[in-house]
Amino acid sequence: MHRLGSGIAGGRLAPAEYETNFSDLHPRFDKHEALVASDRCYFCHDAPCMTACPTEIDIPLFIRQISTANPLGAARTIFSQNILGGMCARVCPTETLCEQACVRNTAEDRPVDIGRLQRYATDIAMEQGRQFFHRAAETGKLIAVVGAGPAGLACAHRLAMNGHSVVIFDAREKAGGLNEYGIASYKAPNDFAQKEVDYLLAIGGIEIRNGMALGRDFSLQDLTTQYDAVFLGIGLAGVNGLGIEGEDLSGVEDAVDFIAALRQARDKAEVPIGRRVVVLGGGMTAIDAAIQAKLLGAEEVTICYRRGKEQMNASEFEQDLAASKGVTIRHWLAPKRILERDGAVAGIELEYTALRDGHLTGTGELGVIAADQIFKAIGQSFRASGLGALSMEKGRIVVDEHCRTSMDRVYAGGDCVNRGEDLTVSAVAHGRDAADAIHLAFASAGQPAVAVA
Amino acid sequence: MADIRNNFVGIKSPNPFWLASAPPTDKAYNVERAFKAGWGGVVWKTLGSEGPPVVNVNGPRYGAIWGADRRLLGLNNIELITDRPLQVNLQEMKQVKMNWPDRALVASIMVPCVEEEWRAILPLVEETGADGIELNFGCPHGMSERGMGSAVGQVPEYIEMVVRWCKQYTRMPVITKLTPNITDIRHPARAAKRGGTDAVSLINTINSITSVDLDNFAPMPTVGGKGSHGGYCGPAVKPIALNMVSEIARDAETHGLPISGIGGVTTWRDAAEFLALGAGNVQVCTAAMTYGFKIVQEMISGLSDWMDEKGHRSLDDICGRAVPNVTDWKYLNLNYVAKARIDQDACIKCGRCHIACEDTSHQAITSMVNGVRHFEVMEDECVGCNLCVNVCPVENCITMVGLEPGTLDQRTGKVVEPTYANWTTHPNNPMAQVAAE
Repeated sequence: MHRLGSGIAGGRLAPAEYETNFSDLHPRFDKHEALVASDRCYFCHDAPCMTACPTEIDIPLFIRQISTANPLGAARTIFSQNILGGMCARVCPTETLCEQACVRNTAEDRPVDIGRLQRYATDIAMEQGRQFFHRAAETGKLIAVVGAGPAGLACAHRLAMNGHSVVIFDAREKAGGLNEYGIASYKAPNDFAQKEVDYLLAIGGIEIRNGMALGRDFSLQDLTTQYDAVFLGIGLAGVNGLGIEGEDLSGVEDAVDFIAALRQARDKAEVPIGRRVVVLGGGMTAIDAAIQAKLLGAEEVTICYRRGKEQMNASEFEQDLAASKGVTIRHWLAPKRILERDGAVAGIELEYTALRDGHLTGTGELGVIAADQIFKAIGQSFRASGLGALSMEKGRIVVDEHCRTSMDRVYAGGDCVNRGEDLTVSAVAHGRDAADAIHLAFASAGQPAVAVA
Repeated sequence: MADIRNNFVGIKSPNPFWLASAPPTDKAYNVERAFKAGWGGVVWKTLGSEGPPVVNVNGPRYGAIWGADRRLLGLNNIELITDRPLQVNLQEMKQVKMNWPDRALVASIMVPCVEEEWRAILPLVEETGADGIELNFGCPHGMSERGMGSAVGQVPEYIEMVVRWCKQYTRMPVITKLTPNITDIRHPARAAKRGGTDAVSLINTINSITSVDLDNFAPMPTVGGKGSHGGYCGPAVKPIALNMVSEIARDAETHGLPISGIGGVTTWRDAAEFLALGAGNVQVCTAAMTYGFKIVQEMISGLSDWMDEKGHRSLDDICGRAVPNVTDWKYLNLNYVAKARIDQDACIKCGRCHIACEDTSHQAITSMVNGVRHFEVMEDECVGCNLCVNVCPVENCITMVGLEPGTLDQRTGKVVEPTYANWTTHPNNPMAQVAAE
């Protein structure tokens, strides 16, 4: 395939270019870089970075441990709060979390490299296979976890630590959830997501059953009758549609499917990509799809978002990254119609938008962008069946601060619940906290009644 | 333009920055490079008696401690005096002095405490045209085991005796270099003065072990599995050196005795501080060994620019200016009251002032005000200790502000007195000097 061939095709680049394009976005720090970076940490009191972290990792402590040549101690500090600290170090939008809160920004506009330091420590521990946590004595309790994504894995690990046994059900072939299927390839190369699952499972007491879908192979009621507790970490399986003419044309795809296929592709040259690609949406998925389309050799990649830069869910860092890779980001454009030629996508007609009285409305002015491939990234939605009478709110499962749902012994966390941001790190926090809540519930149920009067 | 030419006991140099007797001044090659870079003078690395030269270890000679970003803070060495033949050194010194007549060239000397030894070497040195001699009574390792270096510097009687011999057998100015490895620096300084020395220089290095190799359980630097204490120098020793220089400068017996200040001088500011505390010039080693000879350019311009800014025309305008302000603790004004103030615009909210005060001092800094992260001094608790200033990562964010007389000290509930009062007359002092009735 020629680099500039029209239509959707693989092999646009030389093999070496694929290699370069899909290598690690940020190579990990070596020891010297880690020491220099760690020197910048002020070891703040009641550190703002720690407060900004959904899993509340003791960041000043782990950075001080790195600076004193104790990366394993640093890894223990990280993993004790966040067993998926390795992936979070790679995918967290640190620029809007810990690093945004770093006090170094105030005087120097440059935070401590917290994410990369976290990766330095966790990589060392994981490569050495160092396990910091061990199972408590078997309790005989059996918990079902639905979904082997960040929330489910974090929950299972913490439950296993407390001596419980866990069965994780997952609809897909591999465990990891979005870590395996939803992260841009250059953020977690070298099969990191599976390595992390293996590292986490090494604690023991966790069984994963793949190819098992809720609503198809089992129902929530099956689980509540067979298990002592249930944790739902089922994410957002649905994808929002455009509802416009031409949406079913060949060449119109969901960005999440593209990202997943790319992640699973052994040879990136086999992943077909258009010469001119349009991505619709303003979140991280849109950015990930657009950047990777470019990295696969698309000549033109344009993100069209119906609102302005400030409203984009993708962080400033991600937007800049996309721009640096040659992606064009256009704002205030809403899709109207997908244009066809010979049964395939030829372009997209868009309408300019504006905010009028706080409402987004079309201005009536239309424009066309030529495209042979269009990715939809306008949001994921809750899609599940077999949940029975579980309480929902705005399409998400209702949970309290202990991740308890409306049903007894059923907990939920991650993107599928109505709490927190849809981030890997928030999902980990939910899973961990749900596990603690389950453990506590078992413990208090086992307490003999005591007279208080 | 400030005049920074230096005249130290008659030895003239274009600036007050000399290289101390150490590896950077061991041979003509280094010294020529130093002079080209702009150094005002050198003290040639210590010469020993004629005969087979000393030998050095063939393993590590230096150990170090570091600050953030591996900035070298303290260096330790177990090197001995020059290990080159005396004649080679003398020939090179003569040649260098001929090539650089405007620079100071002083010979450091260390020979056994025998009058004949000193009488033998002094004319040889004098013949090179050297501007003066420095008696190495400071080296704390190796040579001290052989009754030289600090072994002499630790016995005032020996100092006086050797200085007297030197004054007798040479016309060259004599600078006596003192070891800090003693309890009271004034005693060796007084002895040197009694012997007739023209000046003292200090400090030589401090006995030290910089670190321990925890894999082999051996002190660093480790030579074949064993280590020995060495001489410590560099920025970390500056406070010790400043104190010792000031002690000599303000001692009634040695007041006015010229001092060549040594110990951690790294920047022009360090040099200016030594001068202010009574040094007539400074000697530098570790900074040059860390960064190379070029640093003298920063020192020269920094000192000169600062003098211009402050209106100091020559070194005489600075030298000793801080000495009258060095006093004993008992004379400090107990009626002076200061409070810390935090500049909220400069504060980056790291909270280190709070936790330092809260955990280890006086619980006088807030961490939260009305539910918001906010660091502010509570004047009713602040004793003015200055710890917060020292731990704050932002310069001038926290300052100590003296309370005007007449204002209320919220901590004690007392009005600040305009008068001076010290411990010697304080009612809590059982030894208080009460005026005779």
